[in-house]
Amino acid sequence: MTVKIYIPDDAGALALGAEKVARAIAQETAARGIEATIVRNGSRGMFWLEPMVEVESENGRVAYGPVKAADIASLFEANFLSGASHHLSLGDPEKIPFLARQTRLTFARCGIIDPLSLEDYRAHGGLRGLANAVAMAPADIVSQVTESGLRGRGGAGFPTGIKWNTVLNAVGDRKYIVCNADEGDSATFADRMIMEGDPFVLIEGMAIAGIATGATKGFVYIRSEYPHAIAKMERAVEIARRAGVLGVNVLGSPNAFDIEVRVGAGAYVCGEETSLLNSLEGKRGVVRAKPPLPAIEGLFGKPTVINNVISLASVPIIMDKGAAFYKDFGLGRSRGTIPIQIAGNVKHGGLFETAFGLSLGEIVYDIAGGAATGRSVKAAQVGGPLGAYFPPALFDTLIDYEAFAAKDGLIGHAGITVFDETADMLKQARFAMEFCAIESCGKCTPCRIGSTRGVETIDRIAAGIEPEKNLELVTDLCNTMKFGSLCALGGFTPYPVMSAIKHFPDDFAPKKMAEAAE
Amino acid sequence: MNMQLARTEIEARTAALVADLKHLEGPLLPILHGIQDEFGFVPGEALPVIAEALNISNAEVHGVVSFYHDYRKEPAGRHVLKICQAEACQSMGSDVVASRLKAALGIGFHETSRDGSVTMEPVYCLGLCACAPSAMLDGELIGRVDEDAIDEIVEALRK
Repeated sequence: MTVKIYIPDDAGALALGAEKVARAIAQETAARGIEATIVRNGSRGMFWLEPMVEVESENGRVAYGPVKAADIASLFEANFLSGASHHLSLGDPEKIPFLARQTRLTFARCGIIDPLSLEDYRAHGGLRGLANAVAMAPADIVSQVTESGLRGRGGAGFPTGIKWNTVLNAVGDRKYIVCNADEGDSATFADRMIMEGDPFVLIEGMAIAGIATGATKGFVYIRSEYPHAIAKMERAVEIARRAGVLGVNVLGSPNAFDIEVRVGAGAYVCGEETSLLNSLEGKRGVVRAKPPLPAIEGLFGKPTVINNVISLASVPIIMDKGAAFYKDFGLGRSRGTIPIQIAGNVKHGGLFETAFGLSLGEIVYDIAGGAATGRSVKAAQVGGPLGAYFPPALFDTLIDYEAFAAKDGLIGHAGITVFDETADMLKQARFAMEFCAIESCGKCTPCRIGSTRGVETIDRIAAGIEPEKNLELVTDLCNTMKFGSLCALGGFTPYPVMSAIKHFPDDFAPKKMAEAAE
Repeated sequence: MNMQLARTEIEARTAALVADLKHLEGPLLPILHGIQDEFGFVPGEALPVIAEALNISNAEVHGVVSFYHDYRKEPAGRHVLKICQAEACQSMGSDVVASRLKAALGIGFHETSRDGSVTMEPVYCLGLCACAPSAMLDGELIGRVDEDAIDEIVEALRK
């Protein structure tokens, strides 16, 4: 048997030199006359070990990492192609604690299969959910999804089945499935990883959504900052079309469904669903007032399901194994699994899919190993740029939509950025306002003007100008933004700002001025 | 005379591009991406051609072009360096990376060096948050940008 070598071409692995490693391995196998198949897989999501190379031998898969091009010669010397030991040996990747502790449902195949091989996808359980769906009545598919307890993984946590039901019952000569792949939140990369590592699961999820609601056309709106994900999705759609997974007869059924990949143009606000719809229509990505809901009047005024990548990619397993199977994971009203993205200043950053219910502290300390710098952890921002900064005193909060809401935070798209003790929380609060000012679509005043005034007022606090009065002003401004903004950009910017002020008052205290005055 | 030639050429190439993509649902963004790929920026001369073909006003096209950060009004430098400035990268010192590179290249964000070799821009997240700080040089991703990586970037740009 020819040996199989897996070298990820996930953007994260590429950023750490995977392309050079792949070239060096190809050269070395050629020079040594070894017959080997190189598979460019997705990432398993352990970025401190990337580029992680895996070899498939008689003993199963054996991993090595982090591999540099300079290590290749010694790996061949050590005979790594038969799984031999080397100082970069990691053994069976599935036994690495970070991976062994996970429950991978949505990411079951990511990092394991060849992302563009439909045969691989099928061999690892792919298309079973869609095969079940084409044999079911649309209303039954919708009730399965409702029953599973799946809630929108993009951030809002709205029950997916209820959204689908609205579209199913809406009247329209055309309906659309729109996949929101405008993953602009810092600390989040789950959408990117699944699109690069297992694109067919998203295609399958969208096709199921189409059949369930009577939509025949789907769009995947991917941000332009993700060129690798765009290329992968485009190729995967083409392959799915040729294989009859997409087209006029989905899997040979009478259902038609096709997908088009669209590229954003660098506007963070287009991750907001109504801006995204405007952008797809070729307009400025300005937020629309709701109602009407997109489910009733969405893309081009037609009933539209708009879901996040992970929500849609979680549907195939629900349709394969049943609602009860999925619902069995999690707690309270947060059912199933969530791909937590551990980012920033951590030893072990990456993707950790698990049932809801872990505490923030378990993630930051046990799983991520604390700060990469070895200093103590000062804060964790959960939920991206619009999420709250939590101090270690709140690290007992469980990953659960309601538990975070109860502590004035949000899970969002489940990205967690860890900061060490050198972080200046006034600076972070200022950045939240500045980012809102840069990215505001300009439609509503609290967001458009409030963010700019917010930056100015925080600057005054930093300069020691009437700090108490200005802190009161920022608080009042945040209140106006929170309740007066049209969408989550202006409405949630107060979360990072107010949490920084509330939990890290020392960073806003006047003494900073004396130090800075030098 | 040259300007005149350029204008007709831009118009002709734009018209061809629009003809290719006009059939799409909501074709304006794909058209603008196509134009930026074609010319390296979105020339003002292209806008009336698009407006005419899509039966919308010049103002509407201008409004869309100016809304999105990606569309350039003028050509970028020969190299484009994007440095992530979002939170995950901030936690790993992206501000230091940015100031080192600004000093080494003698330009700030949204500026092009006088010799036209490089344009430097901030970017808010490349999805490389578990290997921060990150950057992108001409589409090539760079994770864990450290002192060595900064030197390599500067070296690559001097060539």
